[in-house]
Amino acid sequence: MARRRTTSEKLTVPPARPPKLVLAPAPFWHRGVELLLRCLATSAILAIILILVFIAKEAAPIFYSKAVRAEVTLSKMFWPQLWPGYDESGSVWQPVSEIPKFGVWPLILGTLKVTIVAMAFSMPLGVGAAVYVSQYARPRTRELVKPVVELLAGIPSVVLGFFALMVMATWFQNWFGLESRLNVLVSGVALSFAVIPVIFTLAEEALRAVPNSYVEASTALGAARWQTILRVVLPAASPGIAAGMALGLGRAVGETMIVLMASGNAAIVSWNFADSARTISATIAAELAEVVFGGAHYTVLFFLGTLLFLTTFCINSVGDWAIRRMKKRLGSAP
Amino acid sequence: MTEEAASASAVPRPVAATERSAALARANARRTRRNMVADTAMAVASGAALLLVLAILAVILVDILRNGTSRLSWAFLTEAPREGMTAGGIFPAIVGMVEMVILMTLAGVPVGVATAVYLHEYASSVSPITRAIRIAVANLAGVPSIVFGLFGLGFFVQFLGAGIDKLFFGGEKIYGQPALIWAALTMAVLTLPVVIVATEEALRAVPRELREASLALGATKLQTVMHVVVPQAAPGILTGTILAVSRGAGEVAPILFTGAAYFLPLLPKHLWSQFMSPSYHVYVLSTQSPDVDATKPILYATVLVLLLLTFALNIAAVVVRARMRRRLPGGVG
Repeated sequence: MARRRTTSEKLTVPPARPPKLVLAPAPFWHRGVELLLRCLATSAILAIILILVFIAKEAAPIFYSKAVRAEVTLSKMFWPQLWPGYDESGSVWQPVSEIPKFGVWPLILGTLKVTIVAMAFSMPLGVGAAVYVSQYARPRTRELVKPVVELLAGIPSVVLGFFALMVMATWFQNWFGLESRLNVLVSGVALSFAVIPVIFTLAEEALRAVPNSYVEASTALGAARWQTILRVVLPAASPGIAAGMALGLGRAVGETMIVLMASGNAAIVSWNFADSARTISATIAAELAEVVFGGAHYTVLFFLGTLLFLTTFCINSVGDWAIRRMKKRLGSAP
Repeated sequence: MTEEAASASAVPRPVAATERSAALARANARRTRRNMVADTAMAVASGAALLLVLAILAVILVDILRNGTSRLSWAFLTEAPREGMTAGGIFPAIVGMVEMVILMTLAGVPVGVATAVYLHEYASSVSPITRAIRIAVANLAGVPSIVFGLFGLGFFVQFLGAGIDKLFFGGEKIYGQPALIWAALTMAVLTLPVVIVATEEALRAVPRELREASLALGATKLQTVMHVVVPQAAPGILTGTILAVSRGAGEVAPILFTGAAYFLPLLPKHLWSQFMSPSYHVYVLSTQSPDVDATKPILYATVLVLLLLTFALNIAAVVVRARMRRRLPGGVG
């Protein structure tokens, strides 16, 4: 055995190696510039870390500062409290009163309600429009429609908030006879205008990346068009669509100006979608300008900011992971 | 499928078999009809979704155009607000926004371009640092804008600004408060992913042969990147910059606590001045105005200015990108 292997080794011709690339000799300062490039390239990582560190730093006193903890602790924020003047214990957000109350459930519930409305509108619309553009529209229509939807994405959120506050709120009140002019429904629908382009763009990209051979195979097997779309194309594109929904959800949870202007900003615990609501992001935006630096209220707002950052970070990571998976899957597909 | 039924009737067969095939043909016809209905329903439903999305955009545009154009004039763009924001224009806000956006571009675009160049030209695509940078860029794009506001306040104003004051001004409050420079830097961080993504797309579209030709002619790697690759990718960098400017001009949440002011008698002259911005103007006027009816025309006109500006920028970006794609047909993965 050993002998034969040596002979065969002698016989094998080493694979042809490409000649070593000899580049022109670079002056030494080029190294310096390249090092600088490398340092600048880490700025995105640095930014993420700095964001987390510096908002968490301002929120940290809630865990150790005696002055802050005298007014608010985590259990007071998350556990229902029996406040003087109230009949039963509950979670109340009244940071600027004689006895500051920092119950966060009204805010979390508000964020949840507005997000639910926004997603309920934007998911069917975004995916539906993407299906039409990718499956039915002619290439020229597609070239025209895609930039137009991108224009919707380009509308500043303060403009959408303004439109919801000035125009939509009145319409909604006339149509549905709602008690409060600014409410969850108005802000949720306005928020969906910001979310639709996110879902549409990613879903359209994913749907168009499905290989034509899938469609041809399905049609050859006798499937009708709707069957092909529903049972072949959509499932094949599902990671991309899921990614769009995840990124849209991240946008909905974190969006500030629209909900700040159109949700009515009443921190109440209710499941009624016609009530006003106050979201976490709107609370930070509305209250931070008027707080004492380093005080309990200030600390709580930064704590809420940290919470918001971590939530959206997780949601976006899922979305990002789904995009990567889609690219890998459709990239290796025939 | 109907041919099958036809051939079945042509060839004489036992009665039971003919009946069965006739039933099959009927079932097939039913299925075809059902499929036609379902196909139409699907096309109509998805088309309706698209139409609704386009209608939303149209309604917003029409409403703002109809109500905004009456007040919009040259004087509106070149006058300061008067009489408690019920008369005059938004000149100081436009100046403030332009200054902020210029500072933001100067700070953010070079860093974004450097990141994209490093990622695409130098780093191997599988190294952990490259993957970490990509994940960071993707996540940075998803950070809520209000969190950027908190970050700007915590890091730039209270840490950097207060630190500079302590070091150079003996504790006098100059940089340690909301200011133009801090708002611009916060916005630069926010728009970093926009620049990176657009630049990288453009770098991908530069043909490999150009790099190889440059290297073969004896250029060093850095010379190739600086004199061949980056100039070829310039339209992409421009696209990214335009999109970043559009985003920066429209965002409010990041500048709420880092430098925007409701009203200033003077134009911002220093890096540490506060500034007015049309986007912040819209927010304050529409939520905190004591006299809604009096400010409404001004409000609509300001929104129109903001909307036209962002639309013009976005359309410019689309055009630049389309021209780039046409020039380099082989690229864009």
